[in-house]
Amino acid sequence: MQEKCWKDKMLFRYLILLILLPIKSFALIEVDITRGNLSPLPLAVSPLSIDEKSREGFKKILKKENIGSEISMVVENNLKQSGLFNPLNKDSFLQKPDIANLKPRFEDWNLIKAQALITGKVTLIDNKLRVEFRLWDILAGKEMMALAFTTVPSNWRRVGHIITDKVYERLTGEKGYFDTRIIYVAEEGPKTKRIKKLAIMDQDGFNNKFLTLGNELVLTPRFSPTNQMVTYLSYFRNLPRVYLLDIETGMQEVVGDFAGMTFAPRFSPDGKKIIMSFAKDGNSDIYTMDLENRVVERITNHPSIDTSPSYSPDGKYICFNSDRSGYQQIYTMNNNGKNVKRISFGKGLYGTPVWSPRGDLIAFTRLHKGKFYIGVMRTDGTGERLLTENFYQEAPSWSPNGRVLIFYRETKSNSEGEGFSAKLWSIDLTGYNERLVETKTDASDPSWSSLLSN
Amino acid sequence: MNLKKILKNGFLILVASIILTACATQKKSTTSTGQMQGDVYTGTDTVKYLASGVPDRVFFATNETILTTASRDTLRKQAAWLRKNSNIYVVLEGHADERGTREYNLALGERRANSAKDYLMTYGISADRISVLSYGKERPVDSGSSPLAWSKNRRSVTVKAN
Repeated sequence: MQEKCWKDKMLFRYLILLILLPIKSFALIEVDITRGNLSPLPLAVSPLSIDEKSREGFKKILKKENIGSEISMVVENNLKQSGLFNPLNKDSFLQKPDIANLKPRFEDWNLIKAQALITGKVTLIDNKLRVEFRLWDILAGKEMMALAFTTVPSNWRRVGHIITDKVYERLTGEKGYFDTRIIYVAEEGPKTKRIKKLAIMDQDGFNNKFLTLGNELVLTPRFSPTNQMVTYLSYFRNLPRVYLLDIETGMQEVVGDFAGMTFAPRFSPDGKKIIMSFAKDGNSDIYTMDLENRVVERITNHPSIDTSPSYSPDGKYICFNSDRSGYQQIYTMNNNGKNVKRISFGKGLYGTPVWSPRGDLIAFTRLHKGKFYIGVMRTDGTGERLLTENFYQEAPSWSPNGRVLIFYRETKSNSEGEGFSAKLWSIDLTGYNERLVETKTDASDPSWSSLLSN
Repeated sequence: MNLKKILKNGFLILVASIILTACATQKKSTTSTGQMQGDVYTGTDTVKYLASGVPDRVFFATNETILTTASRDTLRKQAAWLRKNSNIYVVLEGHADERGTREYNLALGERRANSAKDYLMTYGISADRISVLSYGKERPVDSGSSPLAWSKNRRSVTVKAN
């Protein structure tokens, strides 16, 4: 695993981005992502054209019949999953991919009601994958953007994700979230003896890899904003402690030297600190540890349970949950522990607050009358909106653009444990577009990475 | 006169309704299964014994870490047994049910195990002989999603460490 991860890093570094043509045209098509999008934008993703020689070459290297179609399928699937776009059926396309990429006949695409068109070309040059793509505005009859990438062939799925990010950004005006990964806990076995492993996959569920073997219980992995490090809770030798894992080298270490359980870790936005809870004599408080100089700081000092801390994106504030009022509620404070304010006041219990990467909202789990909700509120606690209700769900994690939340959901079981499942789900901030994120095993505790490329 | 009568009748109705409510509450708290008091498990399905007559676990109400009368009784028996077997070390494993967020439940399990630990200590067991380990909701003993199953899972279990 170690070697493979290292290779990934090299591949990533190899990805060269060239801007082919300057973009002059105005965005005439615009997709509004601030409200529930009930009429997704119809667009056509033409298979990327490929010459015979390149096709044969990639077939040998990647064992894929037509890598041009494969990449366009990655893009198409991403756009569809976003809920903002409606990729049209390829059977209705009138123009061949190579000709469309040179100059689309806009009338033909207009006829099938496409408002935008993505075309492109794949070539094999010196054993490298070169992909160019263009985004066309069909109604205006104009090219909106054109880009080319050169990378190693095995990176082909990432090229599809980067193309999607570029298209998404051009059409919505906001950064995408497709060239990202999810770290989560893969689960197997009966509820009473559950086996849990750290696992990582691309945002669309591909390239799944296990990072631990399942010998010890692992929980709550969280990405560093710099992406190569993960912090999580491991029960190694039956001592539940916060660990740091380098996903490229596989190196692991315990965070700090605490005489008791440490848990609920997260990185600070600059990736330099870990914030977590330390439980001692029945009391959990919030601590930070600086990863450079190993200095440990105590942030809260209260006889109640203080846990699930999360920094604001500027690092100045912390949200957390505490039962100091008697029951679990959400609080905010300055990063030094001063100025503690309760912000959740609705009925029931509130937990797992996570500050949005945009800074304006806090996502949370709420338990009320036997139902679990994922919701968002402003950072002062006003404007609470519940996005989804279920038997059990918790632990939202934000997409890097702050538009989508991923969380996990568990189903009811009988006394034999039958009927139980744990799965990852995603939902838009608008409360629309709720989707199952498919994983081979049961899954929980998802954490979304930042964009791998910018 | 009339008013007095009305008041008297009203008082009687009030008393009667209090009694009736009391009965209803009583009935509710000794639930149909007879294995729960309030929502604290009182059965013995899952209980193991450290020695004859020394149950290994105590149970908690939802979101609570306070020891019930029955729990204190169990812990006094454990303390007596530990005093007699002074070479034995124990781990108190604290658990929560599945109806809470994972991280909070880890803290709750730790607090439950510690309230058992504190009680053992007041009965003369040295802190050196007791360690605490929280599993949160990770190791239920009953796989079910029912109030009874959850009540069995909200527990602190005393496990021999040597």
